[in-house]
Amino acid sequence: MTKLIHSIMDVESCNSYVDNLYDVDSAKCLDAVIYIKNMIIGSNKAKNMIIQQGITPRLIQLLDDPIGGDDLKLEVIAVIGSLARGDENHIKSLTAAGVIPFLLNNVCASTNPQVIEFALRALQQLFQNEATKTDLLFADSRLVPQLLKLMPLSVCNQISVTSIFTNACKTSEHQAILCANGAVPALAALLNSPVGDVQLATLDAIASLCYQNQRVSALLTVSSFGGKSVTDHLVTLMARDRPVAMQLVAARCLTYLHRAGAICADDGKILYKTLPCLVRMCRKENRRTEKALGAETLAYLIEVDTELQRVASISDHLIQNLSLFLAKTRDNSSVQQLGVESIDEDAPASAKEVQNLKQAALRAFASLGANDEDIRKRIIETDQLMDHVVTGLTECGDHRVQLAAVRCLHSLSRSVQQLRTTFQDHSVWKPLMKLLQNADEDILAVASSTLCNLLLEFSPSKEPILESGAVELLCNLTRREDSALRLNGIWALMNMAFQAEQKIKIQILSSLGTDQVFRLLSDHEVGVVMKTLGLLRNLLSTKPHIDLIMAQHGRQIMQAVILILEGEHSPDVKEQALCILANIADGETAKEFIMSNEDVLRKLTNYMSHSNVKLQTAATFCIGNLAWNEDNGCLERQARLRELGVYRILQQLLCTNDATLFEKVKAALQQFS
Amino acid sequence: MENSSSSCGSATSNSLDRLKMLYPFVNEEDTPLPRCWSSKDKYNFIGLSQNNLRVHYKGYGKTHKDAASVRATHPIPSACGLYYFEVKIVSKGRDGYALDVLVVKKFSHFHLLLVLCRYMGIGLSAQGVNMNRLPGWDKHSYGYHGDDGHSFCSSGSGQPYGPTFTTNDVIGCGVNLIDNTCFYTKNGHNLGTAFADLPSNLYPTVGLQTPGEIVDTNFGQSPFVYDIEDDMRELRARVASTILNYPIPDKQGHWEASLQRMIATYLVHHGYCSTAEAFARSTGQEFGEEVASIKNRQRIQRLVLSGRMGEAIETTQTLYPTLLDSRPNLLFLLKVRQFIEMVGGSDSEVRSTTNRSPKSQNSGSPSMSPNYGGFGTSQGAHSSLRSRSRSRSSSPGHSSVQTSVIQSTKAFSQHLNGSSATAASSDMQEETDNDVEMNGASQNGSHSGTGETLVDPGVKEDSILEMEVDVAGPSNCTRRQLCGGNQAAMERTLDFGKELQTLSVTLRRQHGKNDANKKMLRDAFSLLAYADPWKSPVSEQLDPVQREPVCAALNSAIMESHHLPRRPPMELAIGHARELLRLMAQNGLGSCAFANIDHLLQP
Repeated sequence: MTKLIHSIMDVESCNSYVDNLYDVDSAKCLDAVIYIKNMIIGSNKAKNMIIQQGITPRLIQLLDDPIGGDDLKLEVIAVIGSLARGDENHIKSLTAAGVIPFLLNNVCASTNPQVIEFALRALQQLFQNEATKTDLLFADSRLVPQLLKLMPLSVCNQISVTSIFTNACKTSEHQAILCANGAVPALAALLNSPVGDVQLATLDAIASLCYQNQRVSALLTVSSFGGKSVTDHLVTLMARDRPVAMQLVAARCLTYLHRAGAICADDGKILYKTLPCLVRMCRKENRRTEKALGAETLAYLIEVDTELQRVASISDHLIQNLSLFLAKTRDNSSVQQLGVESIDEDAPASAKEVQNLKQAALRAFASLGANDEDIRKRIIETDQLMDHVVTGLTECGDHRVQLAAVRCLHSLSRSVQQLRTTFQDHSVWKPLMKLLQNADEDILAVASSTLCNLLLEFSPSKEPILESGAVELLCNLTRREDSALRLNGIWALMNMAFQAEQKIKIQILSSLGTDQVFRLLSDHEVGVVMKTLGLLRNLLSTKPHIDLIMAQHGRQIMQAVILILEGEHSPDVKEQALCILANIADGETAKEFIMSNEDVLRKLTNYMSHSNVKLQTAATFCIGNLAWNEDNGCLERQARLRELGVYRILQQLLCTNDATLFEKVKAALQQFS
Repeated sequence: MENSSSSCGSATSNSLDRLKMLYPFVNEEDTPLPRCWSSKDKYNFIGLSQNNLRVHYKGYGKTHKDAASVRATHPIPSACGLYYFEVKIVSKGRDGYALDVLVVKKFSHFHLLLVLCRYMGIGLSAQGVNMNRLPGWDKHSYGYHGDDGHSFCSSGSGQPYGPTFTTNDVIGCGVNLIDNTCFYTKNGHNLGTAFADLPSNLYPTVGLQTPGEIVDTNFGQSPFVYDIEDDMRELRARVASTILNYPIPDKQGHWEASLQRMIATYLVHHGYCSTAEAFARSTGQEFGEEVASIKNRQRIQRLVLSGRMGEAIETTQTLYPTLLDSRPNLLFLLKVRQFIEMVGGSDSEVRSTTNRSPKSQNSGSPSMSPNYGGFGTSQGAHSSLRSRSRSRSSSPGHSSVQTSVIQSTKAFSQHLNGSSATAASSDMQEETDNDVEMNGASQNGSHSGTGETLVDPGVKEDSILEMEVDVAGPSNCTRRQLCGGNQAAMERTLDFGKELQTLSVTLRRQHGKNDANKKMLRDAFSLLAYADPWKSPVSEQLDPVQREPVCAALNSAIMESHHLPRRPPMELAIGHARELLRLMAQNGLGSCAFANIDHLLQP
């Protein structure tokens, strides 16, 4: 065979054909194209050569030239289609030369069904490469309607067009355009096709169309074809006598519909069909690709719903089966050495398959353990799971595995018990801190929220994390553009500051800097503002710390509080600010910052009469602290407060219905002698 | 036992269909399905109610010695393939624990004393396992227990398996009789395999240990919470793919050739002459029999199937002179059938008297050509029926023949349906059409060498076929009279009966007693004992379907006499397969439930 190719590829004869390609005589040209077509079929080497010869522009030219006729066109498109079936570089060189617009042009303009069919198939190949830009398809408003019109004409077209949609539809705008042109009913009709490949391609397209798109998903759920709703069709295609690949992609469609809010979690189609189907995919007898995709889809399906997590956790030995994904990947080398083939497939797993399985299992564990403590415990008890997570974190090569590992860690870190035991035993903070040093935003977001949990006051990891430079790292996070990262950073700092030693608090404040505090307090994310105020509260606790910090940063902190109280904020935010004042008022020398500030005092009295009980309570608490009769100089302060009419207001507040407020009022009144 | 089965039989009579639909391959005469709990096979702390579907505990429930179980009336038949039942916990009984069972569990950091209440177990057990125990504790006993969610595999200590269960939970137990595994479900969710390597003939079993515990059972009489049919679909697809992908050592295309031979012999055997020829042409098969011979057999078969036994016997004797002489029992069978047809008015012996005369003189005569000649010429008036007919002198039959012919078509298609070859019936029509064309064209060419007698049956056959194709609307009114309602025919029938009696005596004298023959004759004669034989207890004999075994016997005999197989290999293979499935069912191989031969034969 190779000999044959060699002889065919005899350079000279080939060159002469390439020369003929440029001949004005269309018959000669046609011969040359056919010759090239036959030469490159199935041979990447031949494709390399022909591309290096630089014939692509000429092919495009022929494609655009009406003189040659459909015969020539067909052969040219066949050559392009053949090249598009080659490796990634072939596709890249074709797209770089701008083949796609010309093919699309033919799809639109040609009247020859065979030309259209060939062109669609070539496009399908080109779009299958992830690097191919697909915006082109949506930029011209004629294209999508034209494709939808061509789609039903033949089985080939059905497969090509659905596959083009699957790969081209990458953003919500793309989804919207397809949807607006009637892709939903067109695809729904194809679900009924008697051809399995068409059904499969259609399911893929539906999945692309509805992924994270509420509108399209809602539309799909209310659509029907042949008197049967689309979702019922999907359930039918998920039946257990269907090919596994079809079950899997049908389950994926239903998963996306559920996550886009179109089907409830307690709908039988999800709870009794999709969930068990995906759980079944994780069985050890399935193929590796099916297992990985099944587990990954399952992770997405159950990510937020506690009930689905519970059901999945008891279904069909899921946790054990997932742990086998990891065990196999871990023991892969030894298994191969022993000459024992893995039971599911004859070929040993490729490195990519190993990683896919690993990340899928970790993601599934992350989802399973997101909410339920019992499930977390069962996951943790899985043989060597923590080892896998820790090694997963350090796998610098594979971003997806790292992300999955950190997600899994994050879910498990919600367990108080795990924080105290397993996490400590495995020193998970070490790889986590390392990961935080130089990870991208996806990983940072999850890793930093995991760090938040590890910094909770009861976590034994807190100390070592602090010692390894966490403060600086977290302060840097608060300066990130991504609001989720800022939130996690400030949140972790808040946790860190809770009941912390003085030196840590000072360290936090000095690394963060008051400027940054101001910036965070004017953040457009309420969460960030709240956590910043929470940080200030945590910093300003216990008398000596309050006095010390106020002595150093008192002026700025007061400014910050006033900023919040005067700003347009929700009562919850203002309550936090008042609580900070209350903490300041608890200090010895710090009290003066309030007492000397007429404006703040007036604000406090106003809040005591505010319509919101929470604000009243916070303000009253602050007054109580100011009037505290065990502190030095209390009498003067009390007198000053009486002057402002505080005492009178307190007496009026005694008739409140709110129990908490009443307690605070009583306590405050007791301070006045 | 009788007690229990009768009481649940009445209760589940309307649910019989559901169970039959779930397990269509179970032959309940050999292996009855479990339909309720056994009132005999239980410990006396167990009480049954609601048609033996509800189980409650009525013991002391103090220690595990008070445990009590009940088995279903019958073991699970292997032919179920996948068996499933569900138990709903109506009440988990009083709170509190069986305090005697103290189990120390070792945890990683500390010891914990656990007081276990093994209050409920659902599972399987073999016959004879102690019923004073919960399922799972003993050999050949398997259970899933509600208190700790553990599975007990013939052992006093359980393995962590699933979640716990309590009041209002529905626990299902599925037995895969192909892999011999068992799984459970909770509220419709599959918990995964619990046991493997199960023995066969296990009984559904439930065990209780706490006063007040009540469970209800669904053996399939109502819809299950779990979608077991989806599991069945998977197994069916799996078995089908196992069969389809079964590796066949096939060198040089022997496999294909033998399949083709199988089809060819089948077509030849049943006389699908043109199809057989076309098939042989396109596959390069050799023909095992001459076309003329096939056609002869086809003719005889048609006569038998249309009830014209006298002519069938004559034709047979003409074409295969020694056949019936050497097979007196077959001849007797044919004659008895002829008698029945005479009673029914289908045989030409009686019909000829009602409609035409020429035939009557020739009864018993082997020379047939005069009959058919007369047949043809006397009926010119009906030629309008043959609008598509070839320009030949032979004319179609008459109305009385029509009815019988149509009847035979019916019988034929019934026969075809019976062997599930529905698609073939239309094929048959086509096939007969073809035959007509061919006969018409080659009438005097190819057959001329074989003599006149062969030509004439061809003519007659044509007339029959013409009827099948062109005539619709049978008129059965005239048929429903004894011997066609004709006095002369009646007498002839009685005479024939006497001849038959004589033949029977002769046979007995020559070959000894034959009970089958005796019974056959008695049954046939008893037709005359009733004023309306069609409404008599023995009317079944008059059903045209009864012609088929006779036809098959005659055809087989002809085949045999030509040293060809009595039954076509394809039918033998199918018969083998059916028998193998039966053996599989008997021997606990559950795959038989999903290897539906009729399904596989359908396109």
